[in-house]
Amino acid sequence: MILGRVAQALPVVAGVVVISFLLTRALPGDPAAYFAGPAADAASIAEIREALGLDKPLIQQFFLYVGDLARGDFGTAISTGQPVAADLAARLPASLELTLCALLLSCAVAVPLGVLAATRPGTWVDHLCRVLVTAGVSMPTFFTGIVLIYVFYYLAGIAPSPLGRLDFIYIEPPHVTGFYLIDAAIAGDFATWLGALKQLVLPATTLALFTLAPIARMTRAAMLSALSADFVRTARAAGLGRRKVLYGYALRNALLPVVTTLGMVFSFTLGANVLVEKVFAWPGIGSYAVEALVVSDYAAVQGFVLAMALLFVLLNLLIDIAYALIDPRIGLS
Amino acid sequence: MLSVKDLSVAFRTRKGEVNAVCGISFDIARGETLGIVGESGSGKSVTSYAVMRILDAGGEIRTGEVSYGGMDLRRAADRAMRDIRGREISMIFQNPRAALNPIRKVGHQIEDVLIRHAQATRQDAREKAIKALETVRINDAAARYDAFSFELSGGMCQRVVIAIALACNPRLLIADEPTTGLDITTQKAVMDLVRDLTAERGMSMMLITHDLGLASKYCDRIVVMKDGEIVEQGDPQRLFSAPQHLYTRRLVDATPRIGASIRGLLPPEARTPELPHVVHDRPLLEVVNLVKTYRGKVGPVQAVKGISFQIRAGQSLGLVGESGSGKSTTSEMIARLQDASSGNILFDGQDIAATPAARFATHARRRDIQMVFQDATDSLNPRDTAASAIAEPLARIAGLRRGKLRARVAELADLVGLPQPLLSRYPHQLSGGQKARVGIARAIALEPKLLILDEPTAALDVSIQALVLNLLVDLRAKLGMSYLFVSHDLNVVRLLCDEVLVMKSGEIIDSGPAAEVMASPRHAYTRALVEAAPQPPARAAAAA
Amino acid sequence: MADGTATAPAATAAPAKRRGDTALGHIAYVLRDNPVTLIAFAMLAFFLGCAIFGPLLVPFDPLASNAARALEPPSWDHWFGTDSVGRDVFSRVIVATRLDLTISVAAVALSFAIGSVLGSIAGYWGGWIDAVLNRCLDTIMAFPLFVLAMGVVAALGNTIENIIYATAIINIPFYARLVRAEVNIRRHAGFAQAARIAGNGDLRVLAVHIFPNALPPMMVQVSLNLGWAILNAAGLSFIGLGVRPPTPEWGIMVAEGANFIVSGEWWLALFPGLWLMLAVFTFNLLGDGLRDIVDPRKRT
Repeated sequence: MILGRVAQALPVVAGVVVISFLLTRALPGDPAAYFAGPAADAASIAEIREALGLDKPLIQQFFLYVGDLARGDFGTAISTGQPVAADLAARLPASLELTLCALLLSCAVAVPLGVLAATRPGTWVDHLCRVLVTAGVSMPTFFTGIVLIYVFYYLAGIAPSPLGRLDFIYIEPPHVTGFYLIDAAIAGDFATWLGALKQLVLPATTLALFTLAPIARMTRAAMLSALSADFVRTARAAGLGRRKVLYGYALRNALLPVVTTLGMVFSFTLGANVLVEKVFAWPGIGSYAVEALVVSDYAAVQGFVLAMALLFVLLNLLIDIAYALIDPRIGLS
Repeated sequence: MLSVKDLSVAFRTRKGEVNAVCGISFDIARGETLGIVGESGSGKSVTSYAVMRILDAGGEIRTGEVSYGGMDLRRAADRAMRDIRGREISMIFQNPRAALNPIRKVGHQIEDVLIRHAQATRQDAREKAIKALETVRINDAAARYDAFSFELSGGMCQRVVIAIALACNPRLLIADEPTTGLDITTQKAVMDLVRDLTAERGMSMMLITHDLGLASKYCDRIVVMKDGEIVEQGDPQRLFSAPQHLYTRRLVDATPRIGASIRGLLPPEARTPELPHVVHDRPLLEVVNLVKTYRGKVGPVQAVKGISFQIRAGQSLGLVGESGSGKSTTSEMIARLQDASSGNILFDGQDIAATPAARFATHARRRDIQMVFQDATDSLNPRDTAASAIAEPLARIAGLRRGKLRARVAELADLVGLPQPLLSRYPHQLSGGQKARVGIARAIALEPKLLILDEPTAALDVSIQALVLNLLVDLRAKLGMSYLFVSHDLNVVRLLCDEVLVMKSGEIIDSGPAAEVMASPRHAYTRALVEAAPQPPARAAAAA
Repeated sequence: MADGTATAPAATAAPAKRRGDTALGHIAYVLRDNPVTLIAFAMLAFFLGCAIFGPLLVPFDPLASNAARALEPPSWDHWFGTDSVGRDVFSRVIVATRLDLTISVAAVALSFAIGSVLGSIAGYWGGWIDAVLNRCLDTIMAFPLFVLAMGVVAALGNTIENIIYATAIINIPFYARLVRAEVNIRRHAGFAQAARIAGNGDLRVLAVHIFPNALPPMMVQVSLNLGWAILNAAGLSFIGLGVRPPTPEWGIMVAEGANFIVSGEWWLALFPGLWLMLAVFTFNLLGDGLRDIVDPRKRT
């Protein structure tokens, strides 16, 4: 099954490469001009363009690019001067850490909320859950972030200033995974660990508010349909306890669509990161992509998109495996 | 052992309070099997749910007493009820596959119940679960322990459900329509198993069913319910041969059985003389070597393996078989909804199999072959009113519009006995019998020569079924249609059809005049089918 | 020959023409039945009113700057205060309604239409069409959606049409997938077979019989998407890729206001943000109500 999924993913990845290539080439800016600097004249710009290979016909550029990709060379970013692969490797953990924390927080609230609403359908608890959840998804992430900063940093003063992953008084922990929380724990540096956590709270909460809604909604719907299913009636008629019926029978069956939703939410959030990263000055791939887009940095944008697409494929694969583990009707063969 | 006195159950719905059960009383003695018989809406299932205290959120016991072995079930605490359920009183439901947790091993589900009621510890639970599977006569119980419900057949699933119910040795088993959805032979096997086990253990049983034959065969006493009330009680022999209450009489008359006639299904006042239908000599439909193969998961599957038969003009042919026999596939091929893999279908001499199903909609013969579908709920577009549904073939094939269309639709509604005001209703606003009539009106709109009926009355109550079957008989005589009647219900086929074909695993294994094949079956399989169909005792006073 | 024994009590009474029978009557019933739906529709009416009549009724010209009265907090003159160049925030917020609603409605309508067609075809005929469509949809979804929108707008130019196209493109997969699933399960349903037997060709069966039954679940998706399209457009403007200043648009106004929030001028960002949130909230609440209106089974 895994091989089959990978085979299915190949045309998708190919499509992504082609589309991102075309898209970047359609961008308005001229990377050669940017690279050359504001004082350059036409001749030096042309020189640089030739050096970057941008004067060749499009098809040739495309094949050169694919050739480079096959060797693992994502090209060099104009804005940073570093290889794109290195840039991505440096900034991806920041986004991943943020997204994962947000999702964890989100699930911790949304799943119990959904279960609660499903066990008391039609009551005020149910309606309240629905309203809360709908309100959460109605707020634009950039606005929520700004409001949270205003309330907790400006007014209450309990949150740290929104200037990135770590306040300047702390030093980055030695790089193992790139996840500050993990790295600081490995290094045994509790102060830094706490510092990183404090910086994470507001942006993660902002994101979590947004992802609460689809998870809670799906949990509620899935639980409702599981609770009204025939096999739950059989379990009740056999005298099984409330706990066992709710968690052992109903929730496990309800998890299946929830897992799918989680996957969709994760991949969506990774992209929506852009706005939150801008508001909180988070050095993640989202802000990397925005900066690259603005200066028409071909290599960086293409590298970013490709990395995200690969991540998406990997994620789908993980979800399929999780599904197969939970649901015996879907074999791993 | 179980004593129900003056029980009333009401439901709070959007439209107000609905009284599902209105003051019923009955007893079940130790070791006795009581049958509760009734049509849909009679309150029989609700009664059992009330006894078990597993009513839906909107339901409530209003009055009455329910006592089990002296214990008051109505006022018992939730915890006490949870102890009783599964250990003292168990319940099995219809649709066995849905009744099992699809992602949990069958053996584990049995263990859950054993451990819950302290009948086993974690160590010996597996052993006891396997033993429970053996009690319900499942072969290779140790291997089946690890199976999931989707890997088992319907009959096996029901056995597992029974194993779960009987695992802790309850004293009372409530069976709510346990054989619905199962093949006839499987039904017999399951009911025999239940009867044997309850007899062995000295258990009492409450059997809830709409099938009078089933009730009369397996129950010591029968209670007849209508609209939430008990109209009659008694032992099966007496109840069926000499019913006292008018409703019971109607119910018994309406049940198809050996010796009944079509008109005899109806209440005496409705028995107008039956018009005969004329069977001509010339063949209307000739099926020659029809084959259907399709790609299954592990290789090609032959659903129909080269069958041939004929239907003469005006004749009614019955097609009988269990699930997997290929009868539905055959009927769909003849209706040109599916393409055959090979073979000819000659209609009035013209090979209609030559035109692919996707293009048959505009064929000249489309109007001559029409179909009444099995589940009227599924076969009516939820977005179309009854009038639109009936008008569809008239508008598409006959090209009728506006005034003429409306007139013809009204005419058809009269023909099938559908009250005119119901024409503007949507399917979810119609009863089962009304939906069936809409389906029939739609099918006969173009006065087809061949009408294919795929289990048209399977989902209907027996009294409504009587009306619909008589309607079909009248229409047949009036319009001179031929019928291909596909069904698993032998009694109905016997009443309606001139000849019958018996199919098994894609082949025709028996054929002949309906009465003959049913009365003295030659083939072993046919004999098994005939014997498995339960017959209620004959009526003492002859029904004309 | 009428139905002998009464089956359901409601069925035997031959009713006079009931209120629920007409389309308008049914809509009235849905509104009465669920108060949340009523509130949502009332709010929608309000927003539509703002969009249509807003520019005519606002007290100040949204583009008129007045440096003397810049950065004033909310007062009786300026309900929402003024911005950095003295423009009335309230007027700008109301006028922006028209732009944002236009963008989201147009984008959703476009993706609904295209997604429905693609999904229907794939769900009905299956086979290689289905496989190809799935791969294409997967490719679109493999892009982080917001970045794709950013990319499209950046590549094609910063016009409102391009924002609409970008938002439409990234929404197509949702509709296509939903329609595909709904059509697939009804492909061989009884009423589809009955429609074929009544003389309908495949295309008619799909378009007239099967597809309308997929509408109720799609309505929920439509309402969610309307809200999300507004968020998307606002987000793009926030980054600087959407609508250009000085055009009033909620996202731009929040972006501009964000700079001032740390110096205490909260009204610049708060009011447009709240208004935005309210609009999205309205659309999200609409979903269930829209579905009930479209679903014939909800008619009593």
